[in-house]
Amino acid sequence: MFDTLDFDVIRRSLPYLFLDGMSFTLMLTGLSALGGLIFGTLIALMRLSSYRLLGRIAGLYVDFMRSLPLVLVIFWFYFLVPYIGQWLTGASRPIRVGAFTSSLVTFIMFEAAYFSEIMRAGIQSISRGQPAAASALGLTYAQSMRYIVLPQAFRNMLPVLLTQTIVLFQDTSLVYVLSIPDFLGAASKVAQRDGRLVEMYLFAAAVYFAISCFASWGVRRLQARIAIVR
Amino acid sequence: MKHRHIIGCLIAGALCAGPAMAQELTGTLKNIKETGAITLGYRDSSIPFSYLDDNQKPIGYAMDICYKIVDAVKKELKLDKLEVKLNPVTSSTRIPLLANGTIDLECGSTTNNTERQKQISYTNTHFLTASRYVTKKASKINSIDDLKGKSVVSTAGTTNIKQLTEANAARGLNINIIPAKDHAEAFLMVETDRAVAFVMDDILLASLVAGSKAPGDYVISKDAFSKPEPYGIMLRKDDPAFKKVVDAATAALYTGGEGQKIYDKWFTQKIPPKGLNLNVPISSELKNEFAKPSDSPDPDSYK
Amino acid sequence: MNYNWNWHIFFEPNPTGAGTYLDMLMSGLLLTIKTALLAWVIALIFGTIVGILRSLPSKTASWIGFGYVEFFRNMPLLVQLFLWFFVLPELLPRSAGLWLKQLPNAPFWTAAIGVGLFMSARVAVQLAAGIASLPRGQKNAATALGLTTAQGYRYILLPMAFRIIMPPLTSEFLNTVKNTSVAITIGLIELTGQARAMQEFSFQVFEAFTAATAMYLAINIVVVTGMRFLERSLAIPGYITGK
Repeated sequence: MFDTLDFDVIRRSLPYLFLDGMSFTLMLTGLSALGGLIFGTLIALMRLSSYRLLGRIAGLYVDFMRSLPLVLVIFWFYFLVPYIGQWLTGASRPIRVGAFTSSLVTFIMFEAAYFSEIMRAGIQSISRGQPAAASALGLTYAQSMRYIVLPQAFRNMLPVLLTQTIVLFQDTSLVYVLSIPDFLGAASKVAQRDGRLVEMYLFAAAVYFAISCFASWGVRRLQARIAIVR
Repeated sequence: MKHRHIIGCLIAGALCAGPAMAQELTGTLKNIKETGAITLGYRDSSIPFSYLDDNQKPIGYAMDICYKIVDAVKKELKLDKLEVKLNPVTSSTRIPLLANGTIDLECGSTTNNTERQKQISYTNTHFLTASRYVTKKASKINSIDDLKGKSVVSTAGTTNIKQLTEANAARGLNINIIPAKDHAEAFLMVETDRAVAFVMDDILLASLVAGSKAPGDYVISKDAFSKPEPYGIMLRKDDPAFKKVVDAATAALYTGGEGQKIYDKWFTQKIPPKGLNLNVPISSELKNEFAKPSDSPDPDSYK
Repeated sequence: MNYNWNWHIFFEPNPTGAGTYLDMLMSGLLLTIKTALLAWVIALIFGTIVGILRSLPSKTASWIGFGYVEFFRNMPLLVQLFLWFFVLPELLPRSAGLWLKQLPNAPFWTAAIGVGLFMSARVAVQLAAGIASLPRGQKNAATALGLTTAQGYRYILLPMAFRIIMPPLTSEFLNTVKNTSVAITIGLIELTGQARAMQEFSFQVFEAFTAATAMYLAINIVVVTGMRFLERSLAIPGYITGK
């Protein structure tokens, strides 16, 4: 069957696949991971706070997001974000949000639920004596979090956070359902235009596989190094 | 007395016109002026209305019309510069994305019907087409009834899949309907024998067949699921000021003969990316409509 | 918000001629559950085999297990479904490919197998970790009793390991349910697909997605509650979670 395949189609579309598609995917992955980590850390702090209500709200948010399939959440946000923007800014009509911004908001909100669970575990792994010592030194709650607890929690959880980022990298391919040209979207556009599904999907699979494999190998090395340091 | 009446009218008219001219912009026009940008929704594979060329830039008949509308909006708002943003849409996302302000105009192949008019508005019709299906000659499907019990694909969110669904129920055909994301994907399902037929507007089917690897293998049905229905460019509902500008722009384009030129460019000459010539001269119905532009959803009004 | 809410839409007839929009969503819910259950069976079978391979002392076996897990874990599920659905039939001999493509429920079988294999890698990881967490003495005791390796796994190690990894398996099952929605891209009209179809036919976007959201939450609550009872009755005496 391979004799009817035309792998030249891949070479011809390489610039589009990587300059447009992969750069969209990587940018979306990077910014979502950063935003998700920040928002997720805030949620984790809320969950662990001594105000029961805050903890409840954060817990509900995490449970809610984690019960929904990402595809549904992507649809929700693509249609809803302009209305949220209108509500936040008090504008008279829904504000215009581009495809990239909309996907970014979606992934930050969605991944925050997963990152927050990791950060919560990280914070809980710090012994109680440390924040106690910090407050004895006269540090405020914010200072002790900022300088003592969070840096250690982040460090301990780094391999898990990175693994979750690899999952996120793979999950961004789901923006395909909105026809947004990420790496897979770009590959499928070329595939459908030229009728070359087999070649393009095999190539896309190989690229995702290579990047994810390389990244998880890096995470395993990092994990080994951290383990020795401790 | 008579003169006085006219003067009175003129004064009243001036009084009304004065504030009307100074009146603040509303809706989409206001938004465009404030942001200095207008967003066009385009399609991946609605050939030759709105599709991606070799450089993955959206081009097509409807895109050309939209750029003319953009020029008119720019003139109306007296802007020196108007940025045009492009946002991809599919048949199933186009209406919500228009309603929620992500796009301002949808430039593609959207059928204008009464039901959709409850959600969004259309400007003057730019094409008329009926819903049919394409099959491989080898599968020997001669009528809609031959589709009984088979897998048939159509694009999700189109009037076509709805007509197919309704016909399936009404005639008890027991067809297994597969929704596809876009026309190209749906056509590939027929090409790779995933489905025996693809139900779509005949013009889109014709361009997909013409652009396929073996155009001779396919046949487009004589049977139609609908009368020739009008295509229109979509804009938000309840925005009369914007609709007026858009309607005036398209009307001027169609009646002035330029519409015909754009039509010929996309339907009777070679088009990118493969240098295909669709050879579909303008129909007498569309010619009449170009002379008297209309945004009516009623297929019979175009006869 | 200039959006026309219409919550009565669920009781209006849908264009398929069979009942209301609510019926449409319910049929989607049913298909989601059916696909997820079949995928879960596949995930458990393959996950168990690969999990055992990973825990065996043989280097080859654990390498095969490692390769299997890496293969299914390092590609997005969506890409895997595309490989099964669009690519595989083209690489087979023509008649076999045609047979595969013209299966009456091709999206359903592809989705169940695709999601099942994807999840099996994760089940394998959990199971291998569960087996590794058992004290070494258990395996040695099995050998001392004269049990073969197969018997040791069958009667000692697997029953223990599965009971230990019950909680993570519950969440993997819920992931399976959620992952079936990715099959919307290969034409499976499960719950998310039906919600999207309802949006396309009725234009009531937010009502349709709200209903689908509520149904996913309901699945979650039912499964979590059910599993809590099961976990309690299956907990191993003497462990922290046990009685």
